[in-house]
Amino acid sequence: MAETKSITELEQVLIDDFSLFDTWEEKYEYLIDLGKKLAPLDTSYKTEEYKIKGCQSSVWIHSTYKDGCVYFEGDSDAIIVKGLVSLMIMVLSGQKTKDIVDAPLEFINAIGLNSHLAQTRSNGLRSMIKQMKLDSAAWGS
Amino acid sequence: MIDHIPFDVEQLRELFPILKRKVKGKDLVYFDNAATSQKPQSVVEAISNYYSTYNANIHRGLHTLADEATAAYEETRQTVKQFIGASSHEEIIFTKGTTDGINLVASSWGRANLNHGDEIIISTLEHHSNIVPWQMIAEERGASIKIIPIDDNGVLDMTAFKKLLNAKTKLVSIIHVSNALGVINPVEEIISLAHHNCTLVMLDGAQSVVHLDIDVQKLDCDFMVFSGHKIYGPTGVGVLYGKKVLLEAMPPYQGGGEMIKEVTFEKTTYNELPFKFEAGTPNIADVIALKTAIDFINQQGKSRMSAYEETLLVYATDKLKSIEGLKIIGDVPNKVSVISFIIDGVHPQDLAILLDNQGIAVRTGHHCAQPLMKRLGIVGTTRASFAPYNTIAEIDILVSALHKALKMLK
Repeated sequence: MAETKSITELEQVLIDDFSLFDTWEEKYEYLIDLGKKLAPLDTSYKTEEYKIKGCQSSVWIHSTYKDGCVYFEGDSDAIIVKGLVSLMIMVLSGQKTKDIVDAPLEFINAIGLNSHLAQTRSNGLRSMIKQMKLDSAAWGS
Repeated sequence: MIDHIPFDVEQLRELFPILKRKVKGKDLVYFDNAATSQKPQSVVEAISNYYSTYNANIHRGLHTLADEATAAYEETRQTVKQFIGASSHEEIIFTKGTTDGINLVASSWGRANLNHGDEIIISTLEHHSNIVPWQMIAEERGASIKIIPIDDNGVLDMTAFKKLLNAKTKLVSIIHVSNALGVINPVEEIISLAHHNCTLVMLDGAQSVVHLDIDVQKLDCDFMVFSGHKIYGPTGVGVLYGKKVLLEAMPPYQGGGEMIKEVTFEKTTYNELPFKFEAGTPNIADVIALKTAIDFINQQGKSRMSAYEETLLVYATDKLKSIEGLKIIGDVPNKVSVISFIIDGVHPQDLAILLDNQGIAVRTGHHCAQPLMKRLGIVGTTRASFAPYNTIAEIDILVSALHKALKMLK
């Protein structure tokens, strides 16, 4: 079995993927496509307990833990945000708790989505990252 | 007089330097005017001119700069008085904005007048700023809040309103024009019915003052609040209008400088109106620039600008309705130049992001009116709100940008 890529390596894969696109339209279409293809979250997790409060859209993140690693699944009612959820899952799911907690996660800025939503200073994404790190810290404790 | 001169949008746009900027490489299309309007250069210059040439603290200084600053500050009060038809400058209190004005009345008038069992009426359309201050004071005083229901288009149920009025109703605090939908409320009728019931009425004029002719004496409202930044003025300044007899009877809201007549450690006597409610050094620069903003409105003619906005509204309504699955919320004849819409299967946030990438600024979400969104059974809307510097061509850009966004999302 191939060794799992590190968070940094996975971030670089996504940066490389997005760098293939020349226009904002292509980048967003790819993100929307990722959102559409994201494995559905079991409705039993689409509750207040798993909901991350954003200003405009809702995000749900559910995590499980196995052999020192955290596995995420998630959803959003907005498709572009769901694409971002998908990106975060690609990078963080299956990683070690400490690696998730320590990850600087700057790839979102590097892939050039060119939107307030895709900047880590915007509330929605920051809350999402914070929750994924909190989950990991809880599993690791 | 100005009303007879044909409206020239290109000429008006020249007065707003921000309209020349690019967003994401495209010409800015600013359709978020209900959140805040852009500022004409004259307003920007009024602020800069104050700081560059006569900055001083007002009312007490015995030097030339203080005189000039005081005169300019008080001139704004006179201008506001005329702008809304108040009977005296003592009825014009400068605040930080609409929210601040509502909090002032809720806190000062509410604490002095609300007792256990009393009722305040608001509506389903309210912005959070006309809900939360009343909840806070109602809880403190043992009063309760009653809500006027609406229909699916955001029109108030006036029959229900009449039934809500009773001997315990002390105040109706109502949004004049819905920020979320643009619907104009029948405030004349509300005020008349309330007054027959010996109930006071406060109008939240945040969205109405820029579009509608306002004469507080003719309306006979007891209080009215609005913000400077939505009428081409600066942020951080607003107005509370209150009938003199009511303001005189109200206790001060905040203590400090400016609002006192005499202070000893035993007892303080308070200053006269309007200074009683303006504790501390006020926002002098922005109050001064508010006059410039009102001068701008008067020079351009409010009804002349509103008539042009109406043509934008009619055109945009027609064009937007042709988009499959698009539904306008609040599609009623009596509204200002605001269009709030939803599109089947599309989240407003996705639309906003894809429109922003095309240089278009709209507002999406719950518009600080979560109870309204809950009543309408939606998470939020996309809101395009027009100002007189917007153009038909910009509406065409919005419509084609929406088509493009929908194609990307499908």
